[in-house]
Amino acid sequence: MSKPLPVVDYLKIPEKGEPYLEGYRCKKCGATYLGERNVCSKCFARDEMEVIRLSDKGTLHSFAIVYRSFPGIDVPYVSAIVDLEGGGTIKGNLINIEPDPDKIKFSMPVKVTFGDALGRKDKEGNSYLSYFFEPI
Amino acid sequence: MSDVYVMGVDMIKFGRFPDRSVPNIGAEAALMALDDAGLGIQDMQALYCGNLGQASGMVGQRILQEIGQTGMPVVNVANACATGATAFREAWMSIKAGMYDVVLAVGVEQMGKGLLGGAGTGDGIPKEGLLGSGTMPCVFAEAGMEHAKEYGTTFEQFAKISVKNHHHSTMNPKAMYQIETPLDDVMNAEMISYPNTKLMCSVNVDGSAAAVLVSEKKARELGMARAVKVRASAMASDPYTDRDLVMPDVNACTRLAAKDAYEQAGIGPEDVNLVELHDCFATAEMLHYENLGLCKDGEAGKMIDEGHVELGGKVPVNVSGGLLSKGHPLGATGIANIYEICTHLRGEAGKRQVEGAKIGMTHVIGLGTACGIHILEKTS
Ligand SMILES: [Zn+2]
Repeated sequence: MSKPLPVVDYLKIPEKGEPYLEGYRCKKCGATYLGERNVCSKCFARDEMEVIRLSDKGTLHSFAIVYRSFPGIDVPYVSAIVDLEGGGTIKGNLINIEPDPDKIKFSMPVKVTFGDALGRKDKEGNSYLSYFFEPI
Repeated sequence: MSDVYVMGVDMIKFGRFPDRSVPNIGAEAALMALDDAGLGIQDMQALYCGNLGQASGMVGQRILQEIGQTGMPVVNVANACATGATAFREAWMSIKAGMYDVVLAVGVEQMGKGLLGGAGTGDGIPKEGLLGSGTMPCVFAEAGMEHAKEYGTTFEQFAKISVKNHHHSTMNPKAMYQIETPLDDVMNAEMISYPNTKLMCSVNVDGSAAAVLVSEKKARELGMARAVKVRASAMASDPYTDRDLVMPDVNACTRLAAKDAYEQAGIGPEDVNLVELHDCFATAEMLHYENLGLCKDGEAGKMIDEGHVELGGKVPVNVSGGLLSKGHPLGATGIANIYEICTHLRGEAGKRQVEGAKIGMTHVIGLGTACGIHILEKTS
């Protein structure tokens, strides 16, 4: 079995150690982006980006509970927007929680975890590593 | 710069026309708008055509192939759900620029049924249901839940918006649906993406709408009786906000366009008698009461609870039935809502007439993001 591939290019799988999410931060204004870029869309600075390791902790900013998706996608699931500690916002599935609006609390602390991409494989049969959010 | 007037405007009854072509559907509204203006295609100096589904398909020229190939310049535009408003605005700008005196704007769309949104294709594996959802009901549910987080807005309050718009549509013969949907029905309908149930999602329909825009000189020549003045035409893209690239921000963009529109018109929100805004989902309409300044931030829930946005209220919103019930043919929507406002300003809206309407506003937003706002005023 070959190593799983990252589900998005900002998920990094080092040779040693745990996977993590990578961000690009503008040294001029502090805006944080997912994925590589050279120009800041907030302050327009060029070539002022530094690569940072995004936190694996954050808080739930917003969510929706998805009951109807495209064919073949398991429902219901919680689609969540998470603000990471120290900057950066990411979207993903909030797991290990009942998909019930009364159980899901705004601003609740969550951690970013990594695991197999729900068994999904590409045309070449490669497995993928994805990220998820879980309540702390 | 000349003022710009809408001299003719109309829309077809929205529905599903799988056996017709896109240009054919667009041509019908174009002819209706020409008739409304008392003009012919030979009088038009340019055509601005909005369509998304066949954005590279020269839809404007193909409309002329159905109704009159005069050789006029044609510009085809695509700008997500702001496509129709963009075509109208380009037409407006051409008159403002002094290039033309009489131009035609058409918006047309033929839609499939089903969910809209990013299916997440491309490299690797599908991301839908893995990294959250890119479906439109979910994206707008997340935007609505942001409001719930801030102000405690409830599922029931969101649902009431759908009750209102469906009620309004019972008075609009051109709406896709004319059915009452009581609160229980809305809240108990199939949940698509909490808090949006099926009855809180806009209806995918086919449709077209068109407008004839003229300069002041031309309007005086043709007669002002039914002319409607364009007091403002504003457009904005999404300014940088912290979460925008992950969670499309429909608020900042709308606020930017609204500020520009009110400044152009020299009026404030309190001067607006009715609004047709982009209720692609019930959760979206809630946000735009505040974004358009119809109430203070945090008071949107009160606007729907206290009936201020119903027909007969302080500022009726979506008396056409809105996208929720009139239907949402993407490229046509931004001209269809101009038709609705003009119909009220002309006092021709029948049972759903907003009495004494002098100034109306239209708003559309296309994710990506484009916001188009027009302010229209009765002339006579
Ligand atoms: Zn910057």
